[in-house]
Amino acid sequence: MTADSVDPAEAALLAGLRAGDDKAFEQLVHVHGGRMLSAARRLLRVEQDAQDAVQDALLSVSRSIGRFEGGSRLNTWLHRIVVNAALMKLRTRRRKDEVLIDDLLPRFMEDGHALEPALPWSESAEALAQRGETAQLVRDSIDTLPETYRVVLMLRDIEELDTAEVAAVLGITPNAVKIRLHRARQALRTLLDPHFRERHP
Amino acid sequence: MTCRELIEFLADYLQHELAPGELAEFDRHLAGCRACANYLHTYRDAVALGRAVLRPDEDEIPPEVPAALVEAVLAARRQRPN
Repeated sequence: MTADSVDPAEAALLAGLRAGDDKAFEQLVHVHGGRMLSAARRLLRVEQDAQDAVQDALLSVSRSIGRFEGGSRLNTWLHRIVVNAALMKLRTRRRKDEVLIDDLLPRFMEDGHALEPALPWSESAEALAQRGETAQLVRDSIDTLPETYRVVLMLRDIEELDTAEVAAVLGITPNAVKIRLHRARQALRTLLDPHFRERHP
Repeated sequence: MTCRELIEFLADYLQHELAPGELAEFDRHLAGCRACANYLHTYRDAVALGRAVLRPDEDEIPPEVPAALVEAVLAARRQRPN
């Protein structure tokens, strides 16, 4: 382990975990479990599923701590593990009735012009974010996305995994990640548009 | 370049991944098309709003781990140590 960038408390925790120490594991749960739970809640939105995913992730950490290389931040590594556990959980869940992504994408005429030309929004994103109802509206809109698209949007834009990482965890090609992300963002825009569009007198 | 093609290339444009020839065509269309300019801005704003609402704040204090979860994790690990 390199000593230059590792925080001493983290190094001690890691040493304890590698030795299979119960106290170190308990400390891991208390110190890092909360942040892992936040990520699981964002992806799964059902409290029990989120807690199950965190449990799976922590047990997986306990088994695979030997594979953690001191090079990356412990936080980053734990985040990847809980994201994976949450994705496993998502796969076992029954899909709700979903809207079709095509219904949320812009439509075009034969000649390639937009069927409904886009209008500007009434305020900047910063100003819209300050409105009381925006947070719930954005959450609900993201929840409305078909699951395969919602997951890619969450992993890329919110959890900030890069394209290659998302491709690896989902078992799809980087190009498929890019296509799904673009469609997911377009669909989110479509869902938000009627609420934020500039109204003409 | 048509509006349909511009919107197809939008993500690559924002990632600065368009080839120079494509970029020139993209910019030319954008300069003359109000609807596509509006689309580009609102697409960007939709992404920004998703981030503003959902992305965790670095300084945010993480939630407490529920006691029942702590118990469950510790019990599960005792059952199958390492």
